[in-house]
Amino acid sequence: MVSPSPIGQSVPRREGAAKVTGAARYTDDLVIPQAWYGKTVRSTVARGRIRSISLDSGFDWGRVVVVTADDIPGENVVHLIRDDQPVLAREGGEVRHKEEPILLLAAADRVTLDEAARHIRIEYDSAKPVFELDEATEVYSTIEISKGEVLEDLKDLKDVEVVERSFKVGLQEQLYIEPQGAIAIPEPGGAIRIIGSLQCPYYVHRALKRALKLTDAQAIVVQAETGGGFGGKEEYPSMVAIHAALLARKAGRPVRLIYDRHEDLAATTKRHPGVIRHRTAVKQDGTLLSQDIEIVLDGGGYCTLTPVVLSRAAIHAGGAYSCPNVRIRARAVATNTPPNGAFRGFGAPQSLFAAELMVEHVAERLGVSSVDLRRKWMLRLGDTTATGQVLTESVGSELVLDAALKAVSTFQPSNLPTVRRGRGLSLVLHGSGFTGSGEKKLGGTIGLEALADGTFRILTASTEIGQGTKTILCQLAADALGVEMDKVVLAPQDTSLVPDSGPTVASRTAMIVGRLVQEAAIEIKDRLKREKAPPPFRVQKSYIQPDSLRWDETTYKGDAYPIYAWACTIADVEVDMTTGEVRVTDLVTAVDCGKALHPVMAEGQIEGGSLQAVGWATIEEIKMKDGGYQNDRLATYLIPTALDAPRMRTILVENPYSRGPFGAKGIGELPMDGPAPAIIAAIHDATGVWLDEIPATPEKVLAACISR
Amino acid sequence: MRDVTYLRPTSLKDAVQLYRTTPGCRPLAGGTDLMVMLHAGVLRPEPRAVLDLWSLSELKGVRVVDSTVEIGAAESYTTIIRSPDVQRHLAALAAAARTIGAAQIQNRGTLGGNLANASPAGDTLPVLLAYDAIVVTDRRAIPIDQFFTGYRKTALEPDELITAVRFPFGRQVAFRKVGTRAAQAISKVVMAVCKSPARIAIGSVAEVPLRARRAEAALERGDIAGAVSAVAEDIRPIDDVRSTAVYRRVVTQNVLRELLRA
Amino acid sequence: MHFTLNGRTVTFEGSGARRLLDVLREDLGATGTKEGCGEGECGACSVLVDGEVVDSCLVAVGQVEGRDVVSVEGLALQDGTLSRLQQAFIEYGAAQCGICTPGMLLAAHVLLEGTRRPTDAQVREALAGNLCRCTGYTKIIEAVMSCGT
Repeated sequence: MVSPSPIGQSVPRREGAAKVTGAARYTDDLVIPQAWYGKTVRSTVARGRIRSISLDSGFDWGRVVVVTADDIPGENVVHLIRDDQPVLAREGGEVRHKEEPILLLAAADRVTLDEAARHIRIEYDSAKPVFELDEATEVYSTIEISKGEVLEDLKDLKDVEVVERSFKVGLQEQLYIEPQGAIAIPEPGGAIRIIGSLQCPYYVHRALKRALKLTDAQAIVVQAETGGGFGGKEEYPSMVAIHAALLARKAGRPVRLIYDRHEDLAATTKRHPGVIRHRTAVKQDGTLLSQDIEIVLDGGGYCTLTPVVLSRAAIHAGGAYSCPNVRIRARAVATNTPPNGAFRGFGAPQSLFAAELMVEHVAERLGVSSVDLRRKWMLRLGDTTATGQVLTESVGSELVLDAALKAVSTFQPSNLPTVRRGRGLSLVLHGSGFTGSGEKKLGGTIGLEALADGTFRILTASTEIGQGTKTILCQLAADALGVEMDKVVLAPQDTSLVPDSGPTVASRTAMIVGRLVQEAAIEIKDRLKREKAPPPFRVQKSYIQPDSLRWDETTYKGDAYPIYAWACTIADVEVDMTTGEVRVTDLVTAVDCGKALHPVMAEGQIEGGSLQAVGWATIEEIKMKDGGYQNDRLATYLIPTALDAPRMRTILVENPYSRGPFGAKGIGELPMDGPAPAIIAAIHDATGVWLDEIPATPEKVLAACISR
Repeated sequence: MRDVTYLRPTSLKDAVQLYRTTPGCRPLAGGTDLMVMLHAGVLRPEPRAVLDLWSLSELKGVRVVDSTVEIGAAESYTTIIRSPDVQRHLAALAAAARTIGAAQIQNRGTLGGNLANASPAGDTLPVLLAYDAIVVTDRRAIPIDQFFTGYRKTALEPDELITAVRFPFGRQVAFRKVGTRAAQAISKVVMAVCKSPARIAIGSVAEVPLRARRAEAALERGDIAGAVSAVAEDIRPIDDVRSTAVYRRVVTQNVLRELLRA
Repeated sequence: MHFTLNGRTVTFEGSGARRLLDVLREDLGATGTKEGCGEGECGACSVLVDGEVVDSCLVAVGQVEGRDVVSVEGLALQDGTLSRLQQAFIEYGAAQCGICTPGMLLAAHVLLEGTRRPTDAQVREALAGNLCRCTGYTKIIEAVMSCGT
C-alpha cells in the first residue's frame, strides 16, 4: 500500500494539462449568462476636491447603471490596515492621487459603457500635490531597530573607515500577464459571489463584508485560475471585487469588471520606491563596527500595506551580516501618486540592494575583495541579527556563497572594443513567513478530509498562482498518507468551502501551510489505522506559534522570522560603451531552500523571480508626470523578453529547517533580492563606474561612463 | 469602438475606387498599428470603415525590376527578411526588419503600413532614406526624401494608396537600432548609413525620420570626424517616455562613428 | 464569412473589423487564446493563420476569410492526447501560471515545424514576441529544445 514518496520528485503540475490545452479557465474566460460589463471612472487630478460630478443629459442613462459613494451600503473603506482608502471618492470629498476611483458604470456592452463614460464630467478644485519624498509631510509608519550603540561622532576614531552612501530604487509593476479582474454575481439571500483573479480569498472576503455589509455566509469569494500575482493580487483585488459587487447589487445581475492592460498599468499598486542611506564604520582590518541606516519609502496616496512593507525593509536593511552596533530608522511617507503595495520581496529587495552595495563600497575603500569581506561579516550559526534574533539553525550563508562560486564558469572578458564585460556577486537572506507575531495572529487553518471513495481532499484558501501550491500541497499530503498523488485532491479556493489558511504571500505557503497539511495527513493516517470508524471524516489543523519564537512589536526586538532562506547570485553583464546598454548574459544562483519539495518548481521560482529582479535593475522604468505614470502601456512599460533573459543556472542547496515540511523553507520571494546589486557590481566591474540607482538605464550608465 | 464597416476590395483598382468614395475609410494592411488604435478608440476622425489591403496580390511580392528591387506595400516583413533578393541587394532592410517587434509582428508588419503611419521611430524608414527608395502609389512615384512632411504626416493625398517601394541596386548600407530591449522595442535611436553616396538617416531624433544633411556633406568630403561632429546639429531630439535628448545626441554620434568605422 | 478553426469550418456573421481575438473568445467559445495587452506586445493572444504565428488582437476577423486558424485548442491530437510539445511543457515546468502558455506553445510549434533542432538562440528569437513573467524563460526554452529532432 505504501507508494514511493513524491517528495523531492518533480511530479507533473496538478493543473498542467489544463494549462497546456487552453482548458484552464481564468476569470475573463468564464461565461456568465446575463452579465453586464463594468468600468471604473477615475480621477484625472493628483490632489484636490471633487467639486461636482455631472451626467450629461445628452445620453440615455437608462441604459447604464451608475454607482457612486452614496450607493455603498456598508463602510466606504477598502479594508486593509489603516482604513484611509475609500472604495469611491465622493462628490465634495477629496482625491489623493490620479486614477483614484470615483464612479462605477455597468452596461450590457462595452460600446455603451465607453460612450457613457464620455458623457460624465467631473470638476475638481485642485490642490498643490506632493510628489517628492523630501516634500512629503504625512507619515504612514516609522520603525526603529537598534542593537548595541551606533556612534554619531566617528571622525576622531583611529583605524576606522567610515563609508557613507545613498541609494535610490524605483517603482516596479508586477506585470502579471493576466490583468486584474473580478465577476460579481448576486445570489439569493442577499449574497454576492465574487469570482476573481486573486491571491487571498479571505482578504477579499473581509473587505467585501465591510463595504457591502454582508455576513460571513453572504460574502462568497472564489479564486479562478489566476495568471500571475507576485503580490499585485494580494490586496488590490479587494478593490476590484467591491466595485464589481456594488455594480452587480445595483444592476441586479452579474457584472464583469475586467481591467485592460492600460488601466492596470495606470491605476494599480506598484513596488514602493525609495531612498536608502548607509553610514558604515569598519576597522582597517575589515571588522564591521556599525551600520547606521535610514530608509524612506514612498507609499503613494493611501496607506494600503505600507507599514508591513516598511517592516520587512527595515528588518532586512543590514543585509546578511553580523554587526554589533546597528541603527535602522525607517519611515514611509505619503505622496499624491497611486498607492504602492505588495510586490514579491515586499521591502526586502529595496533595502538589500543598498546593503549589498555597501559591502562593495567598503571593500573598495579597504582595497580588499568583497567576497572575502562577506565571509568575514556574514551571519553564521549562533550569530545574532539586528533585532536580536539568535540564528539557531539552518544558516546557509557560506553554503550558498561557496556553491555559487564553485558553479560559476570562468569569466570571459569581451573581445569587442566597444563592449565591456563584468561580473558581480551578492549574498542575501530572506525571512520566510510572516514577520514576528504575524503567523500567530493569523492562526491559519486548513482542513483535510478522508472521503468514502478512498480519496483525500485538502481544504485550503491558499491559492495556486503558478508557484505550485496545488502540486506541492498534494505531494505533502500523499507522502504523509502513504498514497499515490492521484488519491489527493483539493477543494476549490472558495471561502464558503474552505477555512482561512492565511494569504498566499510572504513565502509561507509551502513552509507554514504545507506543514499543517502534513500534520493533518499524519493524523488522518493514524486515525484510519487505529479507529473503527470509516471515512468520511475531517481533520482541521491551525498554526500554533512555537514557544521559542518571541517577538516584541513595540521594541522591534526578537525573532523577526521563524527562519531565513539564503541566496548567492553571480551576474555577468555586457556593457556597450557607445550606448550604455547593459545586457545581463548569465546568472548563477545558489539557494538554501531547506529542502526542495519539487526541484523543478523550486528552480522555476528562482529563475522567474531572478528575471523580475533583472528587469527591475535594468529596463523596468516608470517615469512620472503630474503624479501619473507615463509608462502606461505595454509598449512603454518593458519587461525582459526571451531574447533579453540571461542564461540561468540554479543550484539548490538543502540545509533543512526543523519546522518546515521535510526541512523546507519559503523561497518564493528570495530570488528578487540578489540580482539587482549583483548587476550593479557587475557594471562597475565592467566599466569602473558605480551607479547608486536602479533601474540602471542606458541613459544613466552612459552619463556615468562619460563623467568618469 | 463604434461599428466600423469592413471592406474587402478584390483588386487594387477596386481598392483605389473604394478608398476614394468611402467616407471615413482607413486602409488596413497587417494591422500592427491600426488595429491597436482602433481598439483603443484613439483615431480621429473616428473611422467608419477599414479597407483591407492585406490579401491583394498586386500589393504583395518581392521582385527585381530593371536594377531595382520592388517590394509590394502589403508584403510582410517576414517575407522581406527571407527574400534572397533582399538579402543580396538590400541587406540593411532585412537587418532592420529583423529588429521590428518579434515573429508575430514581422509576420504582419508591412512597408506600406509603416510608411503611411510615418512614425519618426519606424525601424525601416531610415533604411529607406539611406537607399533613396521610391514610394510608388496608385498615381505616382514619390522619392522618399520628399515623403515625410511633418510629425506623422506624409506627402500622400487623402485618397492615395501606397502600392510598392522601389530600391535601387548596389548600395552598401549599415544599420543599427538602439532600443530598450532586444525585441519588441521602439527605438531610442535608429540609424542607416551609406558611405557612397553619403547618406546618414536617423529615426527617433526628430519629428520625422531624418536625413542628416550637414553630416552627409562632411562624409561626402571624406571627413568622418566632421560628420560625427556635425550630426549633433542635424538632429533635434526630445525627452520622452523612452529616452532623453542628451542621450540621443551622444548615442547618435557614437553609433555614427561606429557605423562609419566598420 | 467562413474560415477553419482547428480543422473545423466555422461561420461568422458580423463586422469583419472585429478583432479575431474577440471572435474566438466571445463568439466561438475558444477561450484558450488570451488577452494580455491588446497592443500586440505580449503575444498571449497568438494564434496561427495559415501556419504563421500572429497576434490575434491585431487581426481583423475579415482578414481570415477562407484561411486556416489554429489556436491552442488545436494542438492536442484528435483523441485528446497531448502533443510532444505540450507534454514537454508539463515535464520541464515550462508552465507556471499558464496564461502565456497557449501563445508560447503556438510560437514554439511554428519554430519546430520549420527548424528541426533549434538552438537556444533560435528558440529565444522565435519566442521573443511572447512575454512570460513567471518562468524567466529558462524552462520554456528547455522544453522547446527537448522537442528538437
